[in-house]
Amino acid sequence: MIPITLPRPLLFIALVLLALFPLTGSTFYIQLGAKILIMAIFALSLDLLVGHTGLVSFGHAAYFGLAAYTLALISPKYEAATVWLTLPLAMGIAAFAALVIGFFVLRTTGVYFIMVTLAFAQMLYSVFHDTPLGGGSDGIYIYVRPELTIAGLKPLDLESPVQFYYLVLIFLIVVYGLLKRLLHAPFGRALAGIHLNEQRMRSIGFPIFGYKLGAFVIAGALAGIAGYLAACQFGFVNPDILAWQQSGTVLMMVILGGMGRLHGAVLGALTYVLLQEILSAPAIVGAFATHWQLAMGSLIVVIVLMFPRGIGGIFDVALRRYSYRHPNAIQ
Amino acid sequence: MPFSELQMTGEVILEARALRKNFGGLAAVDDVSLEVQRGVLHAVIGPNGAGKTTLINLLSGDFLANSGTIFYRGHDITRLAPEKRSRMGVGRSYQKTNVFLGFTALENCRLAAQSRAPRPLHWWRDAMADKAQIEKARGALAAAELIQRCDEIASTLSHGEQRQLEIAMCLATEPELLLLDEPLAGMGAEESQRMIAVIARLTATHAVLLVEHDMDAVFQLANVLTVMVNGKVLVTGAPDEIRANREVQNAYLGAADSLR
Amino acid sequence: MFYLIQLLNAVQYGLLLFLLSSGLTLIFGIMGVINLAHGSFYMVGAYLAYWLAKLTGNLWLAIPIGTVITLGIGGLLETTIISRLYRRDHLYQVLITFGLILIFEELRSILFGNDVHGVTIPPALNYSIPLTDTLSYPVYRLFVTGVCLVIAALLYWVIYKTRIGMMIRAGNSNREMAASLGVNVPLLFAWVFAVGTALAGFAGAVAAPISSVFPGMGNQILIICFVVVVIGGIGSINGAMIASLAIGLADTLGKVIAAEYSAIAVYLVMALILLWRPQGIANRA
Repeated sequence: MIPITLPRPLLFIALVLLALFPLTGSTFYIQLGAKILIMAIFALSLDLLVGHTGLVSFGHAAYFGLAAYTLALISPKYEAATVWLTLPLAMGIAAFAALVIGFFVLRTTGVYFIMVTLAFAQMLYSVFHDTPLGGGSDGIYIYVRPELTIAGLKPLDLESPVQFYYLVLIFLIVVYGLLKRLLHAPFGRALAGIHLNEQRMRSIGFPIFGYKLGAFVIAGALAGIAGYLAACQFGFVNPDILAWQQSGTVLMMVILGGMGRLHGAVLGALTYVLLQEILSAPAIVGAFATHWQLAMGSLIVVIVLMFPRGIGGIFDVALRRYSYRHPNAIQ
Repeated sequence: MPFSELQMTGEVILEARALRKNFGGLAAVDDVSLEVQRGVLHAVIGPNGAGKTTLINLLSGDFLANSGTIFYRGHDITRLAPEKRSRMGVGRSYQKTNVFLGFTALENCRLAAQSRAPRPLHWWRDAMADKAQIEKARGALAAAELIQRCDEIASTLSHGEQRQLEIAMCLATEPELLLLDEPLAGMGAEESQRMIAVIARLTATHAVLLVEHDMDAVFQLANVLTVMVNGKVLVTGAPDEIRANREVQNAYLGAADSLR
Repeated sequence: MFYLIQLLNAVQYGLLLFLLSSGLTLIFGIMGVINLAHGSFYMVGAYLAYWLAKLTGNLWLAIPIGTVITLGIGGLLETTIISRLYRRDHLYQVLITFGLILIFEELRSILFGNDVHGVTIPPALNYSIPLTDTLSYPVYRLFVTGVCLVIAALLYWVIYKTRIGMMIRAGNSNREMAASLGVNVPLLFAWVFAVGTALAGFAGAVAAPISSVFPGMGNQILIICFVVVVIGGIGSINGAMIASLAIGLADTLGKVIAAEYSAIAVYLVMALILLWRPQGIANRA
């Protein structure tokens, strides 16, 4: 069976490549790289739900967007907020929303679950779009990025594209590592059991509602990290960040990349963002650039019809030979 | 042992009174009462559609009864969810193999044992680092005589081995009461004998309720028999009494030979 | 009187939702397919009505022709793509139909641009009935309500009183059994899907003069349809009707009480129902 994470040698190579990437020099590509890494964190958070627990959430953008709005709403207009305050707050709000919404939606299963997660996210979208709470459809600007200071020193200046990139990379590594730990821990194994056979899990004594809610909240908090960083980078938040298209896009990344494998989520984010860049670049596709969604939609349909296990699935064969085996391997 | 003497011995682990379960207009289980003591194997037999699996589902909590009560060691568990009953000590195996097909046999049982684990570092430490839990899982596999196949993925096990895994998973949760739903289903002669030996050993230390069609096994194992027909209890008694009972023979529609 | 107007609006909106949701819930219940692009057919019907009305100058022609074209598109989609989704995980159905939405939206953008377009009400219906000195009610809205009622009645009749309806309900519960009884299941499915999308297209066409045609109109209303299906229960026409009217009322009431928060009212109703009966109103546990 395919391991949840890449074999150690491959992981190391990937890490080195990612760390050396900013040396290419171009600001445009460094910012694109940061965007990809942020989406990778977002996709990883959803993969915990979809790939590992079998909970297909079609409203995950709600937590991504809530964290972004939190930063936008509490950032002073012309000063930098502090990361130490704003990030935990943003994550906390995202996690709390996940707790409340999870309490409702986890009463349903199957298609119903997909629909109600979508509905609740749409409700939040309506709140931010129709009411003056978040500046309505006009959105809010974040003029100054938060700053990260330790004892008066600034180890990383978030205004610099290169340093922001490294901050995001650090977060990606931490999130990836945390999830890897979680999935090999008893909690993660229980989630895997719930994914395979919920009835049996109840029969052997697991309170599955609690486990699902736990996974839902963790996924929400991690999505919050991604949303916070996205708001930092983009400097502007509007209701579209909570829209169902955003939920659909991240779900696509998870599925395209191959579910149930952490590296699949990262691959999916990379592939999607690159595809979007290519398809919407006038230099490459000429006049069709503004209608890139047509090509994207068609590609999705074709890929899903032809490759049920996603792009990550294509690499499965190679990975099977070189998979990393823990001494008492859990498959 | 005459039936009347049986009622004096052993600790009553499970007691069901006047259980009833309706589906639409049909009573699948109709006014069923029984009890199971520690060290006793109470078998439930009857023609197809008699309501035996529904009865087990009521006892395990997979279905909720419309009326009647279920007591587990004196506690009323009639409306408790399956996971709560499991934690109290009720273990159930399924007629249609219901294991985690994607995991190894060992992982199946380890996960079952995990349900009893205390919680510290539940999110952080590696699940395989808990040696005690793995030992429990290996113990359960050994009791079900499946230990030599512990590292095989469950989907690659033979049908008989999967049935053994069903029981092993149940045992890994350290239950006091075993609800076994046709554990011998689809097994060949040799595998059946092995399973019968396993169940006989377990009966010494547990209270066992067995639903089975294999009459050989039933008469080898049972201390008490309940015959169900059309959702109702026809008669409850010692195996010899049941075998000689005319009504029971009629219920099996003249297939009296199968009862000998 | 004011409340009568609101009630009429609620019923009209609810019946429109019913047309959309009934197709959605049938497709779910019978074929087990979750189709995100269902809202796109609402949009297709609306844009076709707009375009054909401009072309022919006659909305009376545009609506039926638009509906038939939508039927054709739906049937084509079913035979080429949707039919491959029946055995697949809901996840993949979501993904593929999400891709279809993107395709539909971009095609719309290429063909009709991104502006909002109005559709003129036919002169015969373009007046209002006076209710009081100051209030009157547009006749076209009454027309929409009436037409939706007729179609709803037709739907009930087909599903519950005809052989075809029996086949559909049989297919709903057991596909293999229906096939062994001689029902041509693939053909049945193709028709159910096509008719479901045609209902959506018809709803879009008929509602176009009221709501105008604009980008994303289908997806907005699709999510409300999901709420209807969740509340009413998958596969239940009765449930869809009750839920549609309930949502219509909730939405209208919401607008009266607090205009900015009206959209949220619908989701609050859903949340309450989830607490009480997660499997939907009409479905038995």
